[in-house]
Amino acid sequence: MTDTIDRSNTADHDRVLDHLVVRFAGDSGDGMQLTGDRFTSVSASFGNDLSTLPDFPAEIRAPAGTVNGVSAFQVNIADHEITTPGDDPNVLVAMNAAALKADLHRLQPGGTLIINEDSFGERDLEKAGYVTEYGPNSEPINPLEDDSLNGYRVLRVPMTTLTKQVCEPLGIKPRDAERSKNFFALGLVSWMYTRPVEPTEEWIGKKFAKNKQVAAANKAAFRAGFNFGETTEAVGHRYEVRPATLPAGTYTSITGNTALSWGLVAAGQLAKLPITLGSYPITPASDILHELSKHKQFGIRTVQAEDEIAAVGVALGASFAGHLGITTTSGPGVALKSETISLAIAIELPMLIIDIQRGGPSTGLPTKTEASDLNLALYGRHGESPLPVIASYSPAHCFHAAIEAARIALKYRTPVILLSDGYLANGSEPWKLPDVGSLPDISVPFTTEPNHVTADGTEDFWPYLRDPETLARPWAIPGTPGLMHRVGGLEKADGTGNIDYTPENHEHMTELRAAKVAAVAADIPPTEVSGDLDADVLVLGWGSTWAAIDAAVQRRRRAGVKVAKAHITHLSPLPPDLGDLLRRYERVILPELNRGQLAHHLRGTYLIDITSVSKVQGLPFKSREIEDAIDTAVTNLSDDQRGATS
Amino acid sequence: MSTEQVAVTTKKDWTSSQEVRWCPGCGDYGILLAVQQLMPELGVAPENTVFVSGIGCSSRFPYYMNTYGMHSIHGRAPAIATGVATARPDLDVWVITGDGDGLSIGGNHLIHALRRNVNLNILLFNNRIYGLTKGQYSPTSEVGKVTKSTPMGSVDAPFNPLSVALGAEASFVARTHDLDRKHMQETFKAAHAHQGASFVEIYQNCNVFNDGQFDGVTKKASRDEMMIDLAHGEPILFGNENQRGVMQGTDGFLHIVEVADVGLDRILVHDEKNEHPSLAFALARLNSDDHSPTPFGVFRNIERAEYTKSVSDQVLAASEANGPGDLNTLLASNGTWTVN
Ligand SMILES: Cc1ncc(C[n+]2csc(CCOP(=O)(O)OP(=O)(O)O)c2C)c(N)n1
Ligand code: SF4
Ligand SMILES: [Mg+2]
Repeated sequence: MTDTIDRSNTADHDRVLDHLVVRFAGDSGDGMQLTGDRFTSVSASFGNDLSTLPDFPAEIRAPAGTVNGVSAFQVNIADHEITTPGDDPNVLVAMNAAALKADLHRLQPGGTLIINEDSFGERDLEKAGYVTEYGPNSEPINPLEDDSLNGYRVLRVPMTTLTKQVCEPLGIKPRDAERSKNFFALGLVSWMYTRPVEPTEEWIGKKFAKNKQVAAANKAAFRAGFNFGETTEAVGHRYEVRPATLPAGTYTSITGNTALSWGLVAAGQLAKLPITLGSYPITPASDILHELSKHKQFGIRTVQAEDEIAAVGVALGASFAGHLGITTTSGPGVALKSETISLAIAIELPMLIIDIQRGGPSTGLPTKTEASDLNLALYGRHGESPLPVIASYSPAHCFHAAIEAARIALKYRTPVILLSDGYLANGSEPWKLPDVGSLPDISVPFTTEPNHVTADGTEDFWPYLRDPETLARPWAIPGTPGLMHRVGGLEKADGTGNIDYTPENHEHMTELRAAKVAAVAADIPPTEVSGDLDADVLVLGWGSTWAAIDAAVQRRRRAGVKVAKAHITHLSPLPPDLGDLLRRYERVILPELNRGQLAHHLRGTYLIDITSVSKVQGLPFKSREIEDAIDTAVTNLSDDQRGATS
Repeated sequence: MSTEQVAVTTKKDWTSSQEVRWCPGCGDYGILLAVQQLMPELGVAPENTVFVSGIGCSSRFPYYMNTYGMHSIHGRAPAIATGVATARPDLDVWVITGDGDGLSIGGNHLIHALRRNVNLNILLFNNRIYGLTKGQYSPTSEVGKVTKSTPMGSVDAPFNPLSVALGAEASFVARTHDLDRKHMQETFKAAHAHQGASFVEIYQNCNVFNDGQFDGVTKKASRDEMMIDLAHGEPILFGNENQRGVMQGTDGFLHIVEVADVGLDRILVHDEKNEHPSLAFALARLNSDDHSPTPFGVFRNIERAEYTKSVSDQVLAASEANGPGDLNTLLASNGTWTVN
């Protein structure tokens, strides 16, 4: 398992776990996301470090009871710092037969299975595909009655029945009561792993304040589950996961999309600019549109546009008018925005394009994660159209990445693509709130005066007269007297900004646009390497693989393997020290949730070999997969490569 | 900014130094002149004015105006202008588009800008042809039109731009033409005065690829018989002696009649303020082609909530209700715990 620390010196060591991975799985209508969220919140405020992985189907309501309709939420809670939601759950809560069928293979051997046995009737088994064969002669097979669950610790609980029973005296109809069975499961798991009860009861009261009956049913079910644990011998011991010793500070539990949204709000404040967001709903990016729409008091305007092309148009128009223009989307939307992004490059205005990546091509895996839009971000435009690309690496890092993207866009007057992904978007972790006062000032002045004097002594304004250092052109916004000017997609003469088709000018402008993006490298801090600095093998990462890489490198190092790691946030331009850094290692492993897009890019850029480790299953890496890659790389080192570098 | 006293301007203040590059004789010249002459009358400042265009001959327009401007990409001007206006409701924002730009590639943005009622003045230069790409048929070209891409005649049914606009819930809809500067200026002035999206179709002659398309209606010789001037509150009459008019029949449809036959009382009185768009729609479809009597002027001019104002009002309301945004409060808003 990931992230395990040996605690053999703990007094009652069989009752204290250093970490615990629970996976709640049920039908889409069973409220598993809510249940998982609640377990997470309670663990967060209890002081555990944690990391979550919501895993739900693309359909809002896939056929009930089928494997396609299974919705799951995995959470890893620990008494030490962790980064991943855990490779294999220690506990699987299966609310129906389909959930068992879908997720049993994930459960750690010997793991605990908590099963709602009321959902294992013949129809349930058939719908879940627990049948001898498909077709007219098929017979259901009940996994609870054969030996397929041997090797797990199985707790069969009639959750639906017990929930209905406790709800009956409250006058709640059985059909309504049934919906509270997820709270029964939460209560039982809360007892088994010693989670505090009061915060959840309080939360139920608030969350369902509008419907007293539902609140009462949920509370009763939660209590019943908890009491079931306490009174039923079969449940056995209670276990504990003690608080982690996190650095002192004020914490909140944050998902990547919330962090990203707040980072955008902060960017507006730090830039002293109002924000205009143009967006068109798309999973897994819509939550950013929702979140920003809630915070209009920060001077944020949100436009739900008619399509992604309009959305980026709105953002660009707003930037022209002096706002921080932002558009949020996922891969298919970035494809649609491509032409407008090239226009933004030509007219050299700041703009943020945020891509919460999901599995592609086309609609692909809308609710699953992938990092396969890197090529799209780096290259996906017509003409010579370079732009800065940055990627966030953890849910909380999305906050800082948003500010960094805005800083670059404003300073260099360029569109910037910020990559996140579905795993970061929906996953959460505790976040030590930053000291707002320490966040950078990213404001840039508007140009308000003429910047050029013609031969006859009159002052005028040249919209393409650049800052010699950043190569940024002046940003003069409508409303500024005397600086009226036209921008557009036709090639511009450097300086005057007049239309200019001359061959030399086009080449010069093409080079200038590239040089401007390259200039961003001057601001990129040195790439941090951690682990064994004198190792032969370096694991390089970008984006959300950070968590699995971090866990894998820690584990291999504890096992005595020498390995180093580095993670980059800036993908265009690349950190200026990256080439030299990579050359210092005999082997560079690069895990990516794509078919090796960055590996390919780096090979071309630095003419060095990179071992690409690819995964495209719509799921994040397990740290074990990366550990295997590390072991393979170390084993394959030739004798003269081994220890050759230091 | 628009509330400040605005310095008096002349046409020169609105004219940029750029050389105008349309074909000699193009109808676009007349439209440019009409706009440049009109601007000083509107009491606005060049620095508070933005022209946004797409791509096409017509979309070169912003380069010639000494205002802020963006010559953007094909079809997207209404979306980009929506961003400009939403960010800055204080600005006067004009959209310049063509029949291909606005009704083909950008049709979606056009209808949504109209539906939202964004405070934009949208001028659609309709020459029923793709000028810039050298003469393919457009979504307003008539069936049977022979062009480079339709050597055997076009088989696409065309759009009627005003019907599209009315169908998209436009609150201001008008038609004018490139040969009558005064009529253009009156129409643009009304469009500018309107709070919300104003849509103006301009019949524009492309003398290179579609010369004379509108001659049957807009040439001096045809005007009396073919142009129907709409005036709010007036009976809809035309002809050299106003001897003809538009009547709503008992069948509900509009008919062109001889006034002498039906009496002046039966002639429809034009009401641009009518909340219901059906009469404006019927008027927009009165002419079946460019050889039949065609209404010009303002078809519809009603008041309804303007988008950028509604957006700004919500920003103000949120600030009033919650106080100005505070980052620390935001970061703590999902509940926090403390580690000592
Ligand atoms: C994405 C894209 N597709 C195609 C073109 C080529 N194009 C430029 S203008 C135009 C049509 C212009 O027609 P219209 O809007 O009627 O303008 P006009 O030239 O007639 O004024 C086309 C197809 C383009 N510039 N961009
Ligand atoms: S091609 Fe037609 S529309 Fe374009 S500039 Fe020439 S005459 Fe005008
Ligand atoms: Mg045209």
